[in-house]
Amino acid sequence: MTDSNKEIASKAASFQQKNRSNTTRLGFWTAIWLLSMALSNFGPRFIWDFNTAITTIMVLLNLALGLKMILSNIDHIKGLDELQQRIQLNAMAVTLGLSIVVGLTYSNLDVLKLINFHAEISHLVIFIGVTYLIATFIGNRKFQ
Amino acid sequence: MKNKLKVLRAERDWTQAQLAEALEVSRQTINAIEKGKFDPSLPLAFKAARLFKLSIEEIFHDEA
Repeated sequence: MTDSNKEIASKAASFQQKNRSNTTRLGFWTAIWLLSMALSNFGPRFIWDFNTAITTIMVLLNLALGLKMILSNIDHIKGLDELQQRIQLNAMAVTLGLSIVVGLTYSNLDVLKLINFHAEISHLVIFIGVTYLIATFIGNRKFQ
Repeated sequence: MKNKLKVLRAERDWTQAQLAEALEVSRQTINAIEKGKFDPSLPLAFKAARLFKLSIEEIFHDEA
């Protein structure tokens, strides 16, 4: 292997390793946040019988873990290259716009009694997730 | 913007993955630049110029 090829291989390792480790870290904190969310939701009912102190601690812990997950996501995005960052930015813009417009319309449908079920926040969260996935997929296809 | 990235890469017998590694970007980015679907930033263009020991103008051309 020539010196230039060795240099390329070493750069590759650092770029790919950094991305892999950022993705793993994001996955880890997302999983921990989800677990803490489940625990703070179901714990009061099934584990500690609505003990206010434990519930408050769990809610605050869930919030702190959520913030850590956001910081990990920022690190993950910063570690991507410029095209990947653009794809993510476009996907986030589409998701934010659609979530506000569709979310408020959906809420209006409930308020105006045009639907016979409640407009739950969980529906919006699912909508955000699906929209982000589709927008990222389309963005990736666009630059292939 | 047009570019000679594919030609320069072929002259050195590098794959897209190898060039991507050298420039610390993804292979998808190299592919998009070569196909003219994505214009690189100035820092990335400078990096490519340094790698190929050419000026930016020798690699990238304005289509206007």
